[in-house]
Amino acid sequence: MNQAVQAAAPAAKRKPKETGVPDNKKFLHPSLEKNYGNWKYHDRPRPGVLHHVSHSGDQVWSVRAGTQRQMDIYTIRKLCDIADTFAEGRVRFTIRSNIEFIVSDESKVAPLIAELESNGFPVGGTGNSVTMIAHTQGWLHCDIPGTDASGVVKALMDELYDEFRREEMPNRVHLSTSCCEINCGGQADIAIIVQHTKPPVINHDLVANVCERPTVVARCPVAAIRPAMVNGKPSLEIDESKCMCCGACYPPCPPMQINDPENSKLAIWVGGKNSNARGKPTFMKMVASGLPNNAPRWPEVADAVKNIISVYKEDARPWERMADWIDRIGWPRFFEKTGLPFTKYLIDDWRGSRANLNASTHIRF
Amino acid sequence: MAKQMHDTPNLDQLEDGPWPSFVTGLKELAKDKDYVVDLLGQLEESYKTRKGYWKGGTVGVFGYGGGVIPRFTELKNEDGTPKFKDAAEFHTLRIMPPAGMHYDTATLRQFCDIWDRHGSGLIAFHGQSGDIMFQGATTENVQKAFDELNEMGFDLGGAGPAVRTSMSCVGAARCEQSCYDEAKTHRAVINTFLDDIHRPSLPYKFKFKFSGCPNDCMNSVQRADMAVIGTWRDNIRTDEALAKTWFAKHGMDELVNDIVARCPTKTFQVKELKKIKTGEHISTVAVSDTHGIEINNQDCVRCMHCINVMTGALAPGQDKGATILVGGKSHLKIGGLMGTVVIPFIKLDTDENLEKLVDFAQRTIDFFAENALEHERTGEMIERIGLANFLDAMELDVDPAMVNSPRMNPYVRTDGWDDEVAKINAKKQAA
Ligand code: SF4
Ligand code: SF4
Repeated sequence: MNQAVQAAAPAAKRKPKETGVPDNKKFLHPSLEKNYGNWKYHDRPRPGVLHHVSHSGDQVWSVRAGTQRQMDIYTIRKLCDIADTFAEGRVRFTIRSNIEFIVSDESKVAPLIAELESNGFPVGGTGNSVTMIAHTQGWLHCDIPGTDASGVVKALMDELYDEFRREEMPNRVHLSTSCCEINCGGQADIAIIVQHTKPPVINHDLVANVCERPTVVARCPVAAIRPAMVNGKPSLEIDESKCMCCGACYPPCPPMQINDPENSKLAIWVGGKNSNARGKPTFMKMVASGLPNNAPRWPEVADAVKNIISVYKEDARPWERMADWIDRIGWPRFFEKTGLPFTKYLIDDWRGSRANLNASTHIRF
Repeated sequence: MAKQMHDTPNLDQLEDGPWPSFVTGLKELAKDKDYVVDLLGQLEESYKTRKGYWKGGTVGVFGYGGGVIPRFTELKNEDGTPKFKDAAEFHTLRIMPPAGMHYDTATLRQFCDIWDRHGSGLIAFHGQSGDIMFQGATTENVQKAFDELNEMGFDLGGAGPAVRTSMSCVGAARCEQSCYDEAKTHRAVINTFLDDIHRPSLPYKFKFKFSGCPNDCMNSVQRADMAVIGTWRDNIRTDEALAKTWFAKHGMDELVNDIVARCPTKTFQVKELKKIKTGEHISTVAVSDTHGIEINNQDCVRCMHCINVMTGALAPGQDKGATILVGGKSHLKIGGLMGTVVIPFIKLDTDENLEKLVDFAQRTIDFFAENALEHERTGEMIERIGLANFLDAMELDVDPAMVNSPRMNPYVRTDGWDDEVAKINAKKQAA
């Protein structure tokens, strides 16, 4: 895709050193290096702290804190100062952009937590908490976004702040948000994903120059796009009765604008799980759509997510992830308890969809 | 001092509330950088109009074909000049982190200094692919920033139709559930494909992810073309002291309702001590003076649940390795796909065994490069050609562990049946 144009530097061009993934050994906390592959068990003395014990008898406490992921250098330097004072100058990040400080002296845990929180970094995100939202780039840096990512996350984490700092959920709650239907945010217990509701609006003047038309035709999952002459210029047209507004044609052909301030909505999906614990991994399911893309704080989305979380918190049994809980109570009860309307759009008609229909008399009344 | 800030009434509202604010961070940077003043101006415009204003293009570093995400502003004045001229170019460098995302502060501070000199000062730890994202440099500065980061021992990650940057969990470094050396395996595999990372020429992206156990903390099953997920073949290990400590704290109700009832195959049982069976495939441990746990490991699917609940009291076995699944991906274009098992178990404990994994990865990528259609992921390719054909090409033996169930329809031509049976029998005899 991005065939790089080499920067127009003269004569002596520096050849890259193709070093690949660096060895992590020199970055490990000394106790992690010493006990590498030799850990015995862990427990959680309080939310935000993991306590690991090695077969050697060594112990470490990992203190986990939330960050804004998109960090300015002053924030990073502040975190470094904290690591230098308390954690032997080492940190690591989790897949959900939480930062972890590792200490081998228990007496440092409380002052480290105090230091983090007094600098505005919430300590939590461990065990059965609502942890940091996995998110994408959005308006800040993506070339195809229907909404922002960092802003949605900030607005939501403000609302979920207490649940991040507590461990009061039945099991862990993973959230993600994605600014287009590609869903870069991934599977989660609750996911927020852009859902377009109108076909792309085509700027026919630009298509011929900007888009490789056969590529665009091939990209459409429902073969709704065909080449056409419009106003005497080669362009593309869409069979709007076929188009399901996925936006797949937009990245290869930006003149097919799919994003719309009013008609690009947000949908909520639930029950995704990557872990193999208990049941097999599951894909999440769409349970709500039509929520407005209401920047800068997306209150309707925040309310919907908080509602699902509170019903789950109230109703699920210990260790039930969102998917396990819904498995037990069934979908009718899920919609009843959350008050979400079950509309015809939630009945799957994509390929393989018959497997999602109820081919039995198993019904909870 | 930088130029005067634009009004940002929308973004200002993202400074309220207790969670750390990226807007506050950007404003700090904007005090010294016109670049970030204008970035905030453009972002505010997006918040106002609910539209994105970046487009791609072609920017890179000398010697590589990918790894930089180019962004040029599309917010223009009538005369075609950028509305926010100081942020007209806002490219991102994707840099591969050390496996497990461990850092020392000297390295992080050096990142900050480099990005202060050559970029916006905004860094994401980390992007969804696992890269450190140095966000915001002009075309001119991309090379300068890369040269300095590269001299530190860091290299660009993947973008476009390439092998992508990978992720591995904390694993052996700090997790008792780790079933192989995730960091070592991650490096051995990824550093074999640097050419395919740096010079995109595959049909589409190819992602590896490495999780140390079936908890799959790297979400590999649904995002990796090749997921390497740790597992074990022998019996779950037990520790009586920790089991008794757990039981003293949690009691019989929790043992029954939270573990026995949730074991997916119901192979986990609680019994009176005198009724507990022993045997080659059975793990047992007392939880009190009267009761104990009995697990028939032949019926255990290595789901991790009981081990997660009673960590230390129960632990993965010692004959460790990994399961390899191929073909996971997200929504576009045919809908999300989970990876599916192609190698039920592979040892990864020696360099020789690691080499076998690398070789399999190489053959998979070669096959993908030759057989996938443009913009087709491995999962879509396998769906199109059928798993059996893929296994055949990879010279992998079919195994019932690869399916949920055998076929449920008769639409297959089976005139090669006897030959297949003969081949399987011959292999069995040779073994
Ligand atoms: S939005 Fe999706 S369905 Fe509609 S034309 Fe584009 S690719 Fe096809
Ligand atoms: S790891 Fe095995 S024994 Fe334990 S809950 Fe899972 S299937 Fe049951």
